[in-house]
Amino acid sequence: MEYFTGLFNYWVVIVLMMMGFYVVIAQHNLVKKIVGLNIFQVSVFLFYISMGKVKGGTAPILGEGIEIYSNPLPHVLILTAIVVGVATTALGLALTVRIHNAFGTIEEDEINALEDDESAPAILVEPEIDEEAIR
Amino acid sequence: MLSPRSILRVVSKLLIPPILLFALYVQFHGDFGPGGGFQAGVIFASAFILYALVFGIENSRKVAPAWLTRLFLSGGVLLYAGVGVADIMLGGDFLDYSVLAKDPVAGQHLGVLLIEFGVGVTVAGAMISIFLIFDGRDREEEN
Amino acid sequence: MVITAYTLVRIRSLFAVAMLSGIYSLLGASLYLIMDAVDVAFTEAAVGAGISTVLMLGTLSLTTRMEKVPKKTSPLPLLIVSATGAMLIYATLDMPPYGDPSAPIHHNVSIRYIEKSGDEVGLPNMVTSVLASYRGYDTLGEVSVIFTAAIGVMALIGRSARRGRKKKQSNGSSGDKA
Repeated sequence: MEYFTGLFNYWVVIVLMMMGFYVVIAQHNLVKKIVGLNIFQVSVFLFYISMGKVKGGTAPILGEGIEIYSNPLPHVLILTAIVVGVATTALGLALTVRIHNAFGTIEEDEINALEDDESAPAILVEPEIDEEAIR
Repeated sequence: MLSPRSILRVVSKLLIPPILLFALYVQFHGDFGPGGGFQAGVIFASAFILYALVFGIENSRKVAPAWLTRLFLSGGVLLYAGVGVADIMLGGDFLDYSVLAKDPVAGQHLGVLLIEFGVGVTVAGAMISIFLIFDGRDREEEN
Repeated sequence: MVITAYTLVRIRSLFAVAMLSGIYSLLGASLYLIMDAVDVAFTEAAVGAGISTVLMLGTLSLTTRMEKVPKKTSPLPLLIVSATGAMLIYATLDMPPYGDPSAPIHHNVSIRYIEKSGDEVGLPNMVTSVLASYRGYDTLGEVSVIFTAAIGVMALIGRSARRGRKKKQSNGSSGDKA
């Protein structure tokens, strides 16, 4: 049975990952999709960090008399990934706000219906970028 | 004056300087303990976000005007790349900090310190500007 | 964490969804701490439970508060998710158990980082020395990504976007700048 307790953390991660995946593909609300992406990301980070742990090791900070350290390499990769993830989330939320301005709704099926309706008078307006107005 | 608002104002006035100080502590102690550029930048930005939430968006625009956040944002990236270019000019490879000082280990220390500072500054500028854009647009919608 | 994620899937009030995602990130941060990843836990707590939640609340104040009730629920996403999950679980049967010191991940580059970083870089925090010195290029790319994201948000919903919306109201077209 130690075989399965050793693998238990991977299975929990897979369950969380699948929940996030389900939210992304099945829910229609755009903000909820972004939250689902966030769930997915955190579960993937958990996967990497759990792979980097060494039994009996400590945090990877050099100290007196410590023999075993946990692997610092996954920590570095995940640190980068977390910050890139928040940048993506910020950009995705900004896109959601813009979509709400353009279509009036953030439900995906309503947006699809509106896009099919609007195919006739398709006038794309490019907002001019004012140098002193952009904050 | 509404008393709940006064409590928020007093408490945040007490809390914002320690938050900024903690951000600087985390920034420069990234070598010795957990910390480093990213965490420090986010904590620094959270002090400004707290100020904007409690004191209103117009006051926070006076404290962190647009040109200042843009300066932070681009200045950090420039500092980082500038360290790399300085390495090339001093004779080493790009981002090889050993040539920055007489002793290679001291050069590494200096290089790491500078680039972590650059990272922290950029992250702080980015978070502040993103939040102020989201929040400022809200006020315009209401108007 | 599983309970939080499940509640997130089912609940309909978007405000509660934002709060639950903050709780989820905080629970993730405490799990990272238990697994000895102190830097990562610090960053996840600051970023996930702080900035992400604030930005989601900002978005909610600009858009709607409740999710619409779905008209029909098709079983297809559930099937896809279950099939992918089953394949992944089958794939993990070969993985090394949790915390095993003889796993292949620990034997290639990490040994050099752990042994040599004290002499070569001289910083006690190995994660910072790897991040800033050994893998400095990646960190440069990451800072550029943050920079680009901030500029992207400025371009998307800076003040000029308001004029795009007013134009849309006058002649019924959709402003588009991605």
